Amino acid sequence: MDQLFDVSLFASTLRMITPILLAALGGALCARVGLFNVGLEGLILIGAFSAIVGNHLTGSVWLAVLFAIVCVLVFSLLLAYMAIHLKANVIVVGISLNFLALGLTTFSLRAIFNVKGAYYDKSMVGLPKWDIPLIKDIPWVGDVVSGHSPLVYLSIALVACLQYYLFKTVSGFRLLAAGQNPVAARSLGIKVTHIQYGAVLMCGVLCGLAGAQLSLGQVTMFTEGMTAGRGFIALVATMLGQSNPLGVAGASLLFGFMDALSTRLQGYALPVHFTMMLPYVVTIIAMFFFKDKSYLAEARKANESSR
Amino acid sequence: MLLQMNKITKSYGALKANSEVDFSLRKGEIHALVGENGAGKTTLMRILYGMETPTSGSIVVNGKQVAFHSPSDAINSKIGMVHQHFMLFPTFTISENIVIGREPAKTARFDRKQAALITEQLGTSYGMPVDPWKKVEDCSLGLQQRVEILKVLHQGAEIIILDEPTAVLTPLEVKELLIAIKRLAAQGKSFILISHKLQEIMDVADRITVLRDGKLSGMVNAADTSIEELSRMMVGRELLDLHKEAPARGEKVLEAVQLTIKGEHGKPKLDQVSLSVHAGEIVGIAGISGNGQSELLQAISGLAPVDSGKALLRGRDVTGKSVRSIREQGLAHIPEDRYQWGVAKDATVLENGLMGHARRYQRGGVLRGAAIRQLVSGWVEHFGIKTGSIHTKAQYLSGGNLQKLIVARELAQETPFLIAAEPTRGVDIGAMEIIHGELLKRRADGGAILLVSSELTEILKLSDRVLVMNEGRIVGELPGLTATEEEISLLMAGG
Repeated sequence: MDQLFDVSLFASTLRMITPILLAALGGALCARVGLFNVGLEGLILIGAFSAIVGNHLTGSVWLAVLFAIVCVLVFSLLLAYMAIHLKANVIVVGISLNFLALGLTTFSLRAIFNVKGAYYDKSMVGLPKWDIPLIKDIPWVGDVVSGHSPLVYLSIALVACLQYYLFKTVSGFRLLAAGQNPVAARSLGIKVTHIQYGAVLMCGVLCGLAGAQLSLGQVTMFTEGMTAGRGFIALVATMLGQSNPLGVAGASLLFGFMDALSTRLQGYALPVHFTMMLPYVVTIIAMFFFKDKSYLAEARKANESSR
Repeated sequence: MLLQMNKITKSYGALKANSEVDFSLRKGEIHALVGENGAGKTTLMRILYGMETPTSGSIVVNGKQVAFHSPSDAINSKIGMVHQHFMLFPTFTISENIVIGREPAKTARFDRKQAALITEQLGTSYGMPVDPWKKVEDCSLGLQQRVEILKVLHQGAEIIILDEPTAVLTPLEVKELLIAIKRLAAQGKSFILISHKLQEIMDVADRITVLRDGKLSGMVNAADTSIEELSRMMVGRELLDLHKEAPARGEKVLEAVQLTIKGEHGKPKLDQVSLSVHAGEIVGIAGISGNGQSELLQAISGLAPVDSGKALLRGRDVTGKSVRSIREQGLAHIPEDRYQWGVAKDATVLENGLMGHARRYQRGGVLRGAAIRQLVSGWVEHFGIKTGSIHTKAQYLSGGNLQKLIVARELAQETPFLIAAEPTRGVDIGAMEIIHGELLKRRADGGAILLVSSELTEILKLSDRVLVMNEGRIVGELPGLTATEEEISLLMAGG
């Protein structure tokens, strides 16, 4: 058991949660404005692929991250336009976005890199590992916390930022208002549509970062469908965390840990497919615990009545 | 003159919702706007509040001509509106709801303490104290309305539009609201009051403008008019004096025996209620809403499980039976919340009318289209339901017209027993007259009717016997002929 729960398990947990956490924070923002974004999976996948493309084209890892963000922004703009402007059902748009992403990345992989399944280039540089001064010298803690990619630390900082933004600032307050009762918010002169667009686009930025972490942070390669359901787990984390950034962080931590654990258990002569099931089993168990989703229902109700 | 609306016209295609309507408001005045459903009151006010732009006509505020394109424009011109369906955020606190849109802030940070302080000051200065930290979802409707008014005042409104403000309030809350309006008017605020309740308007308004079919029907000083004259101006004809024949009481149709529904914390929602309704009789149930009336109706109609006691319909025990079998035993139900229980908003008038009749209008599982269309068209004509066609979606009908459709549908079941819950809530006097007339006709034909209403005038007008409910129990029975509002109010309050 000691060997199972060692330092590197916790360190890899921290690395594993980052894509989930980033996407889940984006999902939470969308949920808060009354849009249930099931397209997270697709957005992360596009982010992961375009990060590799960016890296290939520019050779700079930071420009690659930027490129990923821009590409995902384009697709989230599409989602926002369909769901907000054209008032299409956001679930349907999200699902089709997921399939679009899967097909488009697979196709582009062949078109751009001329390979099937996965693309890997030794000359590509991944995200740097940051050692945190002082903390890295603390035994155990240093090994767990230090030495991750900047995006890992960014995601943790974003949790605090979003928590403050949503519940302490005027702008965040209006965002919550727009989600809870769009009709009333509109009657007060709050620009609900602007806020919804803003939330979806911010979600796009976060998903872009999540994708970059996936393809440049953990490994430096892209494989077809490499998100492997992380977007959906992020969605569950959003719900389980009641769209509170802190709650979302807690839920993501749980899923990230299960993800890391399942990888680790593969070394213990357990069938691979069994251990890979673990995060999803926990997801299903977690669903039993999220009860109070009333504000989501209300947002949906209010949305309908405005049509 | 503070506000002047000149020759306002609003057309939607061929339909003219407003046609050359003039309206004016003085400072410190309470000006009531009345008319039947669909007469164009709400459209006129939506134009004033910037939610609609007029097809033609002009609006002058404080001597300056204005053109509003959004509610924010109206708010900037010191016009505020309290909507019929409250525009509140249930999970936010009272102070958050009041300051929203103009929040006190330190740089970008929302200063909630300051907001609470502002709310407290606002409440005291206008004599409407509230607890700033309380969540709106925990507030009574009366308190929510107070929050709405404070919100509008916080926005700096000098002209306040109230759209049917008393429709959802208890009699006591109505009294408080009217006093508050008068006090604010004395402080120099001006009010436009939309209401169906003519008595309230006579009590509180200075001037009254009446609309009919989108046109100005007249403008009078409240001091120089009467309820009868107003009704005439609204409907365009004399109202019939409803003739109520002496009761011809027949056999017992419905009997409830010690019906009980347990509630939370050991306090029953319905506490051993026994009552009976005979053929040819209307039994009215009065009470402040939320005192067990809804539970009683749900228990009788099979919509809610009963913990003990039983209900007998035409001698047969129907307790715990399915809604369908109870209806087949002879029950029709005009439900209290028309949107929740009464209609499907996305379905057409025709489909809504068919509900409950489907099994009679079919042949081998296929609906008989022609017969059904004839049936529903008949109701539309007879009850004067204003709808584009029978294929219009129910959500586009005004509340009063929807109510007429439900009443028509349930009466057409021709059952020996009818539950009529708030049959005229939010309905104008013309429609009210029709609905009351139909209920009395059913009574004369030997039907048994259980009437639940929060309008005491309605209870007194229709009932042969009045039962008063308080905290889940029946606390008194009065004969309908001699009961007075005072007696009933006293029992309602639990005294």
